[in-house]
Amino acid sequence: MIVSRREAWLGRALLILLMAVTVVPFISLFVTALHKPGTYPSGMSWPETPYWSNFVDAFQAADMWALLWSSFLIELGVVPAALLIATLAGFSLGHLRPPGHRWIFLTFVLGLTLPFQAIIVPLYYQMRDMQLLNTRWAIILPLLGLYMPFAVMWMRAHFVTMPPDLSEAARIDGASTWKLFTRVHVPLSRPALSSLGILMFLWTWNQFLLAVVLVDDPKNRTMAGALGAFQGQWGTDIPLLCAGSLLILTPTLLVFLAFQRQFVSALMQGALKG
Amino acid sequence: MNETRTTAAPGRREVVATASTSLEARRRALKARRLRRGWAALGLVVPAAFFYVLFVLRPLVLTVQYSFYDWNGVGASTFVGAENYTRLVEKPELLASIVNALELIIYFSFVPVILGLLTAATIRKFAASRLAMVSRTVLFLPQVIPLVAAGIMWTWMLATDGVVNELMRAVGLGSITRAWLGDTSTALGAVGVIGAWVALGLCLLLLLSGMTKIDPALFEAARIDGAGAIREFFAITLPSVRQEIGVCVTVTVIAALAAFDIVYISTQGGPANSTLVPGLEIYYLGFFSREVGQASALAVVFMALVLAVVLPIQRLTKEED
Repeated sequence: MIVSRREAWLGRALLILLMAVTVVPFISLFVTALHKPGTYPSGMSWPETPYWSNFVDAFQAADMWALLWSSFLIELGVVPAALLIATLAGFSLGHLRPPGHRWIFLTFVLGLTLPFQAIIVPLYYQMRDMQLLNTRWAIILPLLGLYMPFAVMWMRAHFVTMPPDLSEAARIDGASTWKLFTRVHVPLSRPALSSLGILMFLWTWNQFLLAVVLVDDPKNRTMAGALGAFQGQWGTDIPLLCAGSLLILTPTLLVFLAFQRQFVSALMQGALKG
Repeated sequence: MNETRTTAAPGRREVVATASTSLEARRRALKARRLRRGWAALGLVVPAAFFYVLFVLRPLVLTVQYSFYDWNGVGASTFVGAENYTRLVEKPELLASIVNALELIIYFSFVPVILGLLTAATIRKFAASRLAMVSRTVLFLPQVIPLVAAGIMWTWMLATDGVVNELMRAVGLGSITRAWLGDTSTALGAVGVIGAWVALGLCLLLLLSGMTKIDPALFEAARIDGAGAIREFFAITLPSVRQEIGVCVTVTVIAALAAFDIVYISTQGGPANSTLVPGLEIYYLGFFSREVGQASALAVVFMALVLAVVLPIQRLTKEED
């Protein structure tokens, strides 16, 4: 390939600059978190004596174990169930194609661009009437519905590409629809399922609006919702707020670094399909 | 499996024996089975449809219904017709919130897409290098953390003594430093910077992956014909990644119009409503001033706005396929 040396250097410089811009806010947050609690530090200055204890204090002040447990329970309520019901629907609409499958799919697609704020007010009263306000169910149940447009579209897109011969062969061997699904199609869908699972895990963890509106107690919220409450409580103590923010975003960073390859491809595919 | 085969075998023999007489019956049986399978297949959609109808479509219909009523969420509601909609035009801050959302598109969408395009076109040539691989991880970080965390980080970055102002002082721009999020003339732009920071990595990597799929021979041919980097960009790179551009624009435009988390954390709509966006205003109207009808009318207009902006983009990218 013909590449002038100047272009190559310009490219590298650009890339490094963008990475720096990406990373500086994280570093700024970290450095600020090490200052004396209650002070108003400036910019990127390294403190004379780093207060590592801020992290311990923030951990206790935020009741971190309770927050992690709550987020974990919400993830457990949302991700496996959403994967299951979306796969069933995607299998039906994309592979079995029962009468009316086009219209059903179109109805799901309708919700694809819907911002959560557009339906949050009636959702609040619905949760109140179901007496689920302030419980984790108030986040779990709506998320199952709100994820369906994307999740069904994602799984349908996967099942549409499955050759019909595969199912016919299984049918001739006497497989029922259910067996066809569990024995043949689910094992073949693993890559699509894991990508979707990663995306829904991330979106659930970071879900803010539902958590803030439908659940008052931060200990019943998602991590992002809890962070919002933490900001309200410690907004004036900058170093402690920064330490708490870092603690709360560390789990996502760790999960991301552990599964980064799947994460990146899931996010890219997710964007492409969305 | 064996069992089904042994039971099926006599059945098949029977069918063969009576084939000439009951072709009609066989066809009917086949049709019945197809119908039964059709119903079974529809049954598989029921769980997904249940949650979707109950927690998305039902509230959607209710939003429209509420928008014609005056209701404080507790007492009785009164039908007011289109009054909530006419009041949208009369209340300046409601209209302003929509204008703000449209302005955010420039920061949340145009900036990351254009910057992403230029950068991706420049680094395409060494997309397989170690540096480019590392950048995949680093540039995705803003996509992974909660938007709330991004808001907190940048509130601090943009504060009076934050990193941004410190850098400006260092390069001799000390005279224009200010509390970027606290100044009515700069607050919306400052919120926009946060959104651009979040979206840039995804756009850049999406566009880059689109560009690496272009046949390198095309670029070589262009260079041999004497095209420079700029001609090459407009003649080859840009047309080849139209679909990816469409995706980036769609995703980021929705993020701009539906902005909530970042604004809620960094400015709460202030100062003086200069960063108020529809998502936030719906939240205030619905849960603080308890004007459920007014909040719902804004929500309906908001949804219409999102569709009006996003559907044309979708159509444009579909035509390319």
